[in-house]
Amino acid sequence: MSATEKAASTTEAPASGGRVKLRTTNVGMIFQRDGKSLPVLENIDLEVGDGEFVCLLGPSGCGKSTLLSAMAGFLTPTSGKIRIDDEIVRGPDPRRIFVFQERGVFPWLTVEGNIGFGLSNLSRGERVQRVNHYIKMVGLEGFERSYPHELSGGMKQRVEVARALAVNPDVMFLDEPFGALDSITRLIMRGELLRIWHTERKTILFVTHDIDEAVQLSDRVVVMSARPGRIQQIVPIDIPHPRDISSPRYLELRDGILGQIGLAHRL
Amino acid sequence: MNSSNGIHKMERWLWPILATALFLLLWRYAVTWTGTKVFPSPREVELGLAQLFDSGVLYHDIVDSLRRVAIGYLGALCLGIPLGLLFGWYPALNQIVNPVVQILRPISPIAWIPVAILFFGVGDHAAIFLVFLGAFFPIAVSCVDSVANVPLIYRRAGSNFGLTPPHLLVRVVFPAALPQILVGLRIALGIGWLVVVAGEMIAVDSGLGFLIIDSRNSGKRYDLVVGAMLLIGVIGLILDVLFRRLETIKAVRWGIRNES
Amino acid sequence: MGKNALKSHSWLKPGLFILVLLGAWQLAITLHPRQLMPGPWKTAQGIADLVPHGLIVKDVVASVFRVTWGFLLAVFVAVPLGLVVGWYRRAEMALNPVLQILRPISPLAWIPIAILWFGVGDLAAVFLIFVGCFLPLLLAVISAVQGVPAVYIDAGRNFGLSPLVLMRRILLPAIVPRLMTGLRITLGIAWLVVVAAEMIAVNSGLGFLIVDARNAGNRYDLVVAGMVIIGVVGLLLDNGVRSLERANALRWGFEEKG
Repeated sequence: MSATEKAASTTEAPASGGRVKLRTTNVGMIFQRDGKSLPVLENIDLEVGDGEFVCLLGPSGCGKSTLLSAMAGFLTPTSGKIRIDDEIVRGPDPRRIFVFQERGVFPWLTVEGNIGFGLSNLSRGERVQRVNHYIKMVGLEGFERSYPHELSGGMKQRVEVARALAVNPDVMFLDEPFGALDSITRLIMRGELLRIWHTERKTILFVTHDIDEAVQLSDRVVVMSARPGRIQQIVPIDIPHPRDISSPRYLELRDGILGQIGLAHRL
Repeated sequence: MNSSNGIHKMERWLWPILATALFLLLWRYAVTWTGTKVFPSPREVELGLAQLFDSGVLYHDIVDSLRRVAIGYLGALCLGIPLGLLFGWYPALNQIVNPVVQILRPISPIAWIPVAILFFGVGDHAAIFLVFLGAFFPIAVSCVDSVANVPLIYRRAGSNFGLTPPHLLVRVVFPAALPQILVGLRIALGIGWLVVVAGEMIAVDSGLGFLIIDSRNSGKRYDLVVGAMLLIGVIGLILDVLFRRLETIKAVRWGIRNES
Repeated sequence: MGKNALKSHSWLKPGLFILVLLGAWQLAITLHPRQLMPGPWKTAQGIADLVPHGLIVKDVVASVFRVTWGFLLAVFVAVPLGLVVGWYRRAEMALNPVLQILRPISPLAWIPIAILWFGVGDLAAVFLIFVGCFLPLLLAVISAVQGVPAVYIDAGRNFGLSPLVLMRRILLPAIVPRLMTGLRITLGIAWLVVVAAEMIAVNSGLGFLIVDARNAGNRYDLVVAGMVIIGVVGLLLDNGVRSLERANALRWGFEEKG
């Protein structure tokens, strides 16, 4: 536990040591429900480095999805600022694509149509080339002309990831993208995501409530506590990929975070 | 889902009032600009209606129209709900009757007018019959559909507790289907209101529909025509809103949210 | 619970039922021989009378023609307007009172105004159909737009689409199932309105046929024959749109119930 304690900290320094891509300064969010004020987020100070993979982890109600939506520009924080590339985030932007769960795939377009959705400013030839590249990358060859309702949940998720990648965003936000999938597909998709990330090196913000998922995937895990959502701990995962989920270090980190979550639940 | 978050409470009143005011202004100026002698301005409509109201005629027309709707609608309820529930409960029966229903449905109650006049002569009964026709099908079909849509789980749970089919229908299926049935009832009332006006234009000599035709025919009183139209709209809206209140009470009690 | 009907005899029972109804109808007529209402046999004869003379075709064509024009006009105005009003909350809030008051007003109540503006004839009928179709369709589109899952809209905004482009590339395809249902219902309304309009304001078409048959000689056999034909054509129109709906649903895998 002590090694974890040493490694963990509440500071925001990005593990990659590279430049800061995304920075939240004292972000807070208050929702109005039926005339009452509901504080959802408080004092969120976070820095994410370029090309870093960061997980937001916490119990339900800790505001992690809200934070993610705010970072992507869909919500405006009631206090504090969110900056990407030192620009204040004012709204959604194709440079920062949000991957919803597979339900974000457009049912009226084919796989090709979906993936090429953001590419309308390219010439036809370029677009076709790009789309095919990403179809291959996510492993959906042969399904170009299929409609989403003919695909499984995992396949639809891949379509959505490919659609996001195709526009070459700087940052990708993923909100429990594998939540609706069965456990085996989930494991496969995690591997796929890492593979893609190693190839394309985007900055990734990933929300999950699954501790194992967080430790398997991310460079740093931001553990959040609930009501209102606050950053409780930031735990760097210093295991190189591919991560052995039975290695002592992995288990140590995971148990440490488990303990943190336990505290988060009690708070 | 749409464009804006952050709509101020005050705006809920501001925009409708602005838009309606703008609409009235445009109307008034359109009348002045086109120099029409016949089409009324908002003020003329108001005066015309006030005059009619003072003479008591308006009151009687409104009451007549409402009365016909009430009777015809009640008749449609009394016949439509039991039949609808029955046919929804026994799909076999429904399959037998359905083709006939599908053929009869597209025939506008208006097309029934000659037949209605033949049977009832010109007058109240014809109009009531038309309202009944117009409301019956939506009510019955709505009941059939609602019963069919009751989730199987509820029915199984009910029979699990030893309910025989008639009791199952009354204690489980009917309450479960009620929200959706209410929506159908509301729509049917709206149709009834439409039909009574149309029927009065042809087959009767009182009521708001008749007022429209009569105002035009005897004296080109288009101010009354438009006035009657607006009244029809407002009353129809009131009926609809009242009904929706009814829906909300039940729905809130059962925690089921309705789409309109 | 009810028993299931035997699939292989799925036309037998309804067919029998129809025959029973027809028989009851005929019986009722035979028991009262001196009044004007026709029985099924006379009605069939009435239909047979109408068909060879080509009159009925002309009337059907006239009615369908008016419906087409009025309906299409309503579609091309209501759909874009509905997209915009459905999208901008404030626009919907602003227009709502006016729309809600106009909604319960039967298209027929517009007849005096229609005649005032367009005289008696085709144009008035088309106008009435437009009036009857426009509002329900507009409300249906607005409702459909408001029902589009937020994910699709957020995704569209994420990809940097401007509101106008978003309406075209996301809202419009997303509302297709509900739009088709709305179109089908509105087409049904159009058919109802055209018949009524023709009974009052025009000199041709199926509605006029009914009125004329009655006025010029109390030919109630033709009246009822006309009603039957109206029902059948209305049913055909409805089924036509339903199969379109189904074709869409098959392709995209999402559909509207009802």
